[in-house]
Amino acid sequence: MMETAIEIRDLVTHYGDREILRDVSFSIPRGRTTVILGGSGCGKSTLLKHLIGLLRPTKGAILINGMDITVMKEEELNGVRKRMGVLFQGAALLNSMTLADNVALPIREHTRLEESTIQIMVRMKLDLVGLSGFEDFYPSQLSGGMKKRAGIARAMALDPEFLFLDEPSAGLDPVTAAGLDELILKLRNVFKMTIVAVTHELSSLYTIADHVVMLDRGQVIFKGSLEGLRASDDPRIRGFLNRRPEAESYSPEDYFRFIAGD
Amino acid sequence: MKPSVVEHLVGPLGRKTISTLRAVHHASRLINSSFYWAFLSPFRGRRLRVRASVSEIVKAGYNSVPIVAVISLFVGIILALQSAYQLKKVGALIYVANLVGVSITRELGPILTAIIVAGRSGSAFAAEIGSMKAAEEVDALVSMGINPVHFLVVPKLFALMLMMPALTVISDCIGIFGGFLLSTTVLEIHPYNYFQQTVNALLVKDVVTGLVKALAFGVVITIVGAYHGFAVEGGAEEVGRRTTASVVASIFLVIVFDLFFTALFYFFT
Repeated sequence: MMETAIEIRDLVTHYGDREILRDVSFSIPRGRTTVILGGSGCGKSTLLKHLIGLLRPTKGAILINGMDITVMKEEELNGVRKRMGVLFQGAALLNSMTLADNVALPIREHTRLEESTIQIMVRMKLDLVGLSGFEDFYPSQLSGGMKKRAGIARAMALDPEFLFLDEPSAGLDPVTAAGLDELILKLRNVFKMTIVAVTHELSSLYTIADHVVMLDRGQVIFKGSLEGLRASDDPRIRGFLNRRPEAESYSPEDYFRFIAGD
Repeated sequence: MKPSVVEHLVGPLGRKTISTLRAVHHASRLINSSFYWAFLSPFRGRRLRVRASVSEIVKAGYNSVPIVAVISLFVGIILALQSAYQLKKVGALIYVANLVGVSITRELGPILTAIIVAGRSGSAFAAEIGSMKAAEEVDALVSMGINPVHFLVVPKLFALMLMMPALTVISDCIGIFGGFLLSTTVLEIHPYNYFQQTVNALLVKDVVTGLVKALAFGVVITIVGAYHGFAVEGGAEEVGRRTTASVVASIFLVIVFDLFFTALFYFFT
């Protein structure tokens, strides 16, 4: 039996009046890589933002190590955040700072270590992601793949328990994306971290996933192992894995009514 | 279902009210947390961002000195010329010194500085924070447990609260010097007389009220810039729109506050 690190219970969330997530419940096992899978606009990035406490849900609970982060005060939440690392879609490095300063930022903020110690930690983290020697580069001088690596280095700065990755390989060429997947595997194997990755890339899914949660239109349609996903005969899952476009949902009459504006 | 006539009439009013109230709510929360992180949190063991503040002081203050100096000099000269045009008629040319001195220290020094700083720094604040918001950098800060107001706004607030009065002092001195330059050459007033007249005309009160205004303008410009920066939701286009909006709003609010303070000082000093 796998130990649960994060549990999501009946999560409901809205943007204005529009419901984005509908009664989402699943759990994330400790020390494994969980991939949250789904097409564009299925609510997976929104779900990730809830997991890291950037958004508050309309209803439901998110238990991290048994504590509900949806009812925490900002101050308490910051305590939990110190144990999380997040890689954003565009890496979200601070453009006004060098790579070394970016990686050092959470360390400087949350610890009172000597500057020389911080420098050593920064070099270790950058070496871990294969960016030694790029300490004095600015984010704008790096390629997309290097930015994501640097983003991971920053997320790893405080040796977190949890690593959240938002579309880690989106927008990268296949070789760079494969390198990044390799890195994610290494992080799980070496540091035994609980990794949560949101993606729609099938190649990443097959490489990194231990556990899969699939969302469709704000609802969980699958949770379980990769083998289970492959064996599923749900047409939505089959369509996604076999890259079949969704069937036209309009009938000709509906289409006519739609363009006529009634 | 089509909206009824009543909805057409009252609906926009309600929507406007709700969005205005929401803006007031966001702005007051921003003011609240800026002042909390600037003045209360240091007493609760939080670090002051000295290095970031110094860098903002250089960007917003030191780098504004040339443009503030040149504009103040020109305005001083213009003011002397315009007042001489009227005072000449009554043979009271020496009062050019009073007019220049008082109007620069009480009014034009602070307001000119505020308009320049709003255009230079207020817009830069909005653009910087706005593009960080658009690139998820603000979210990244939050996810690292770093308060974005503490990290981004407080150094700017310190910088402008310090530099607005400092730049105003420079503006006052150079503006008066501009008037002096014109009066002693074109108007042929004796330099010593002009100097004496200015010293006699100026009260400490005039200078101090000007500096109090400048301090308030500094707060207004920072908050407006930060507010518009944090309000960015979309991409690059909205950063541009918000930057423009921040300059317009901060100049407008600076003048509103100027009216308020001028009225206050008129009745209570």
